[in-house]
Amino acid sequence: MILAIVTISLMAGLFGLVLGYTAIRFKVEGNPVVDQIDALLPQTQCGQCTYPGCRPYAEAIAHGEAPINQCPPGGQATIVALADLLDTEVLELNAEHGEHLDVPLVAVIDEQTCIGCTLCIQACPVDAILGSAKHMHTVITDECTGCKLCLPPCPVDCIDMVPTQQTIDDWKWTVPPRQPGLTGDA
Amino acid sequence: MRKLHQFHGGLHLEGHKSESLTRNLRQASLPPRLYLPLRQHIGEHNKPLVDVGNRVLKGHVISASSSLIRAAVHAPTSGTVTAISDYPVAHPSGLKDTCIVIDVDGEDEAAAPVIPDLQQLEAGEIIDLICRSGVVGLGGAAFPSSPKLSRGKMQGIETLIINGVECEPYITCDDMLMRHYAAEILRGVGYLQRILNPQFTLIGIEDNKPEAIAAMTSGLAHAGLAATEIVSIPTIYPSGGEKQLIQILTGREVPHGQLAFDIGLFCQNVGTCVAITRALEQDQPLISRVVTITGDNIREPGNWEVRLGSPVRHLVELAGGYLHGDSSPLVMGGPMMGFSLSGDQVPIVKASNCIMVMREQAMTRRPGYHDECIRCGKCTEVCPAQLLPQQLYWHARAGAFERAQEFHLLDCIECGCCSAVCPSGIPLVQYYRAAKSEIRAAHKVQIKSDRARFRFEFRERRLLLKKQQDEERRRLKREALQKKKIQAGGEVPIADPVQAALERVKARKLAEQEDSQ
Ligand code: SF4
Ligand code: SF4
Ligand code: SF4
Ligand code: SF4
Repeated sequence: MILAIVTISLMAGLFGLVLGYTAIRFKVEGNPVVDQIDALLPQTQCGQCTYPGCRPYAEAIAHGEAPINQCPPGGQATIVALADLLDTEVLELNAEHGEHLDVPLVAVIDEQTCIGCTLCIQACPVDAILGSAKHMHTVITDECTGCKLCLPPCPVDCIDMVPTQQTIDDWKWTVPPRQPGLTGDA
Repeated sequence: MRKLHQFHGGLHLEGHKSESLTRNLRQASLPPRLYLPLRQHIGEHNKPLVDVGNRVLKGHVISASSSLIRAAVHAPTSGTVTAISDYPVAHPSGLKDTCIVIDVDGEDEAAAPVIPDLQQLEAGEIIDLICRSGVVGLGGAAFPSSPKLSRGKMQGIETLIINGVECEPYITCDDMLMRHYAAEILRGVGYLQRILNPQFTLIGIEDNKPEAIAAMTSGLAHAGLAATEIVSIPTIYPSGGEKQLIQILTGREVPHGQLAFDIGLFCQNVGTCVAITRALEQDQPLISRVVTITGDNIREPGNWEVRLGSPVRHLVELAGGYLHGDSSPLVMGGPMMGFSLSGDQVPIVKASNCIMVMREQAMTRRPGYHDECIRCGKCTEVCPAQLLPQQLYWHARAGAFERAQEFHLLDCIECGCCSAVCPSGIPLVQYYRAAKSEIRAAHKVQIKSDRARFRFEFRERRLLLKKQQDEERRRLKREALQKKKIQAGGEVPIADPVQAALERVKARKLAEQEDSQ
């Protein structure tokens, strides 16, 4: 618990500093609503919402150009959070944009087949792929958001999306089953 | 007689302690193979420091971590590392986790101890030694002792509380420890006093353990500890919970969101005191612990001093085996706070205080269906954390985790009192645990997406910077080219340097004009 709190506050502090600095240095235009919306989006940067990334989608929502139910990676939890923030109605996830996966995916590069073309590196929005020209590449699993953007550019189709391994760290207790037919829901 | 206080709620439970107390504490033999999980407590798990094929001696460090909250794991005996891979471990998930496997050679050969002159050591050096020996709290949570001690020392401690309460039914390992190792416990208390410099030390023991109280009292007479008192407290569950024990002994409440040392108190379990004594006096790291094995499906319930990493099955065999076959559920811990094991192959770890082998599920968490809440309020009456379990239940069930947190879900100590009294048989604690897991998971997702945003924005900036640099490079090239052209155009070289500089400025202006067009 303490460790978690310390790490999180350290990370938050660090990110705050860097982002604070860059915000001043590279200030484009400040829009607190966009920031607040962006903070709730999963940052997978996959484009399934039809916008070229989470921030553009956040902008579209802020300007009333897009409904809040187009982000499959965020799923229902994100929709509820957005509805709460914007004080609008909770919608169902629009299935046209894709399906929410309970177990996130990560990219795995088949290192035998990889020809080291660097195309996937250029596609990855979060710099999660390591490698240099003509050397096989590999994915930093912890940083991969599962956006699948690295798949189309690969000329030899050597990238696979696999479900993340369940570990003791992310195992969850589940609620017990209730007797069928009982009423009294809160 | 010290004036004792009461905490809210609690339960009078049947002790079931005598079963495992009829036999004396025994030394467990070495099993053929030991399994030592890399993850022993909350926080980052350890990294292995040995390779398959290495021979290790008893006391060698085999895994460690560099994080703040850490405790090394040592080889419990001599042998050869034969695998580092996934095996069943003691965890409610039943999932496997990475273990270092040692094939025991039976020599029990130890690394040569280095025993320091304790009189010469500073408090900080003593804490370092405790850290190196991998000592953790042996009361249940296995929280590493050295970071706790450093923090306690920094904050200043008024009262040191030694927990010999052992309030949960069936468990008797601390009782046995106090009967047999009173002198070692009290020497450990002495070291804690040297580190923390408390004004008072209170050793709390429930009054259902007269032998332990007698042993500790006679030990204290010879221990030469200043301002130290053994306090017999009434038997009521969960008086051994840290906050409850603090309240009983001092009448003080640890405020929401704070820890004991924030109000000048420091709690440590009696088992931890023994581990500290052995670490300091014999350079013996934490490689064994006392474990109770009990229940109605074990032939000889009792207490054993077991090497860490021994499979539960080994302990079952030492205790005469199962009475009615091996199909009964195994529980690590007690009936209130313990959890079911996936099988008897899981190893004993630093946190394992008790193995219950019951024919019937003796747990308060009944499997299967339950009835609906009738809003009787019994749960609220017994909750020692003074929460509203019924409200927590509704919110946890509805997935309203924010609301549950407003009702202080995170202060729930998962003691199980509410589940035990609920007439509808609702496994309330399981709902709370599920809600807590969801809250933790959401937290992790948030951290991950914040990281992704950071990396994404960083990359965007990098690309932008690269674009700017490329443009700059192109501009410089163009400029150089321009200069060459002018020179090659047969212009008369000008001797005057001022004139030359002016020319250069003119040329650059020209280039810039072209650039902007
Ligand atoms: S679908 Fe969601 S995660 Fe993907 S880019 Fe759009 S907002 Fe981001
Ligand atoms: S490795 Fe592939 S799937 Fe993972 S974040 Fe990068 S582009 Fe997306
Ligand atoms: S004890 Fe059970 S039935 Fe009674 S109020 Fe609490 S949860 Fe409801
Ligand atoms: S399990 Fe939690 S809610 Fe229930 S009685 Fe114990 S502290 Fe209270």
